[in-house]
Amino acid sequence: MRKSMGVSGYAFDAINYALLALLGIATLYPFLNLMAISFNHPMDTIRGQVYLWPNEFTWSNYLIVFENDGLLGAAGRSVARTLLGTFLSVTCTTMLAFTLSRKEYVLRKSINYVLIVSMYVSGGIIPGYMLIKNLGLLNSFWVYIIPGLIGVYNVIIIRSYFDSMPEGLMESAKIDGASDFQLFSKIALPTSLPVLATITLFVSVGHWNAWFDNYLYNTKPNLSLLQYELMKILIQSTSQVTSNATGYVDKETLRQTTPQSIRATMTVIVTLPILFVYPFMQRYFIKGIMVGSIKE
Amino acid sequence: MKMKTPPSANAESVKRISFFQKLGSQYQLVLMSVPFVLLLILFSYVPLWGWIMAFQKFLPGKGIMGSEFVGFDNFILLFQDEQFFRVLRNTLVMSFMSMAAGFVGAIALALLLNEVRSAFFKRTIQTVTYIPHFVSMVVIANIVLTFLSPDGGFINQVLLKIGIIHEPIYFMGKGEWFWAIHTLVGLWKELGWSTIIYLAVMASLNPEMYEAADVDGAGRFQKMWHISIPGIMPTAIILLILSVGSLINTGYESQFLLGNPLVIDYSEVLDLYALNLSFGSGQYSVGVALGIFKSLISLILVFTVNGFAKKAGQARIM
Repeated sequence: MRKSMGVSGYAFDAINYALLALLGIATLYPFLNLMAISFNHPMDTIRGQVYLWPNEFTWSNYLIVFENDGLLGAAGRSVARTLLGTFLSVTCTTMLAFTLSRKEYVLRKSINYVLIVSMYVSGGIIPGYMLIKNLGLLNSFWVYIIPGLIGVYNVIIIRSYFDSMPEGLMESAKIDGASDFQLFSKIALPTSLPVLATITLFVSVGHWNAWFDNYLYNTKPNLSLLQYELMKILIQSTSQVTSNATGYVDKETLRQTTPQSIRATMTVIVTLPILFVYPFMQRYFIKGIMVGSIKE
Repeated sequence: MKMKTPPSANAESVKRISFFQKLGSQYQLVLMSVPFVLLLILFSYVPLWGWIMAFQKFLPGKGIMGSEFVGFDNFILLFQDEQFFRVLRNTLVMSFMSMAAGFVGAIALALLLNEVRSAFFKRTIQTVTYIPHFVSMVVIANIVLTFLSPDGGFINQVLLKIGIIHEPIYFMGKGEWFWAIHTLVGLWKELGWSTIIYLAVMASLNPEMYEAADVDGAGRFQKMWHISIPGIMPTAIILLILSVGSLINTGYESQFLLGNPLVIDYSEVLDLYALNLSFGSGQYSVGVALGIFKSLISLILVFTVNGFAKKAGQARIM
């Protein structure tokens, strides 16, 4: 039973919708603009005036970027890191969370304690680096996977989901003679798909977006990731050396393109997978976050 | 990991056996947890051993075991360093600006979204404003750089066209603008995402309150002011208090990526400075001392603030 709206009500709506639409445009426009630049002829881009649509359409920027072997390798490693890292991390994190949701587990309290304290203490960047070095993880692919295998925050979210499951489910399975492994794989996993989808999304985005561990630990080009390659272009252009080189392309190809076009193209390539996966995952994560945040 | 096993005590032995028997019967749970806990201990606790470096004149060649102890010299060195205070200032100022902007922005946006009646429009705006949260800071920094670029960047083009300026501005070269740029970029990236929790709380508010207000002839602003805002305030205050706990941990990605030698006096934060000290000028010990300082401050903040949050939480329940 809503009251009929007065003039002020309509004015409010109009302003509200306009503001929100503006915000939506301000969020989306930079992405679309970069995409237009990446498809626009480099020489035309220099003149400016590229907005939502390329003025002079061309694939050449993409061809130049992909001609570079190093970049294809980096893309492959980024995909490998994301797939393998996400799979291992979600599996291990979920397993740990499952054991902590079992009230009869004798180590539950001690493990909880180790987990919580680890959220507050950290040695800092340099001792962390020393550890990685002593473990022999410098210049290795595994430095991308192993240190972040267990996300404590994710453990807590998944555990609270398991905690909310009806007690009887586990009990009856146990009476039927199911082992703890079976309880985990046959009951806990299948019933927690929404929260697992959410965590999978977050972890995979984290892996895909990571670059700092690459920067810090892996200096060899045959271990570099896509984000790091993009970062190098960025750093080079901020330090004003873009006028003669972008590091990637040799002088010959540079004549056909510009640092600005290369940067836009790389940005689009790095962002595209996320924009592609995002709509499919979106309906899960809202539900998943609610579950995680309401239980506290 | 060591088990808690008191060596003697006869009375304990009965309990001990049952503990190990239980542990044995739960070996599958142990297999599913202990390896990961060991990993966590390795990466979170073992580096604490490196804190010894802060009290040494650490030389990479000699290692922690061989380096000479110098007591608190490195801390004194740090506190006599002018650059340290500049970096501390940068960290706190940027942290505070982002916190304030994020707090106000998220609540404002959530209130506006909550007033939208078209479910389609609301969902579209939400979907769009979430996107930057999932995009890497490297990509965001590239976008910012492209947009603020003096040659042909969007912002400069618009400003030139309107006639506000006659020469392109080199935004990223002005130190005193860095804080504002950093804050705006962070706000743009996380604004939509941070509304999720407020929208959830507002959705759980009793609709009868709004209906009653309707009957009483309340306008839109009055309903916002008297129902929506008080409804989300407890959550907002707890989130705000908790964010104070991480005031000194402002992150370093955006400062690293957007900063450049021209603005370094404004852009450098504690983590980056520690990195510079260690790998840039070989002063590992001072770098670690800086890390310890940061950890201590952040522990103090977290515990103080958790106390407040608990009180605020209890006040809400009562």
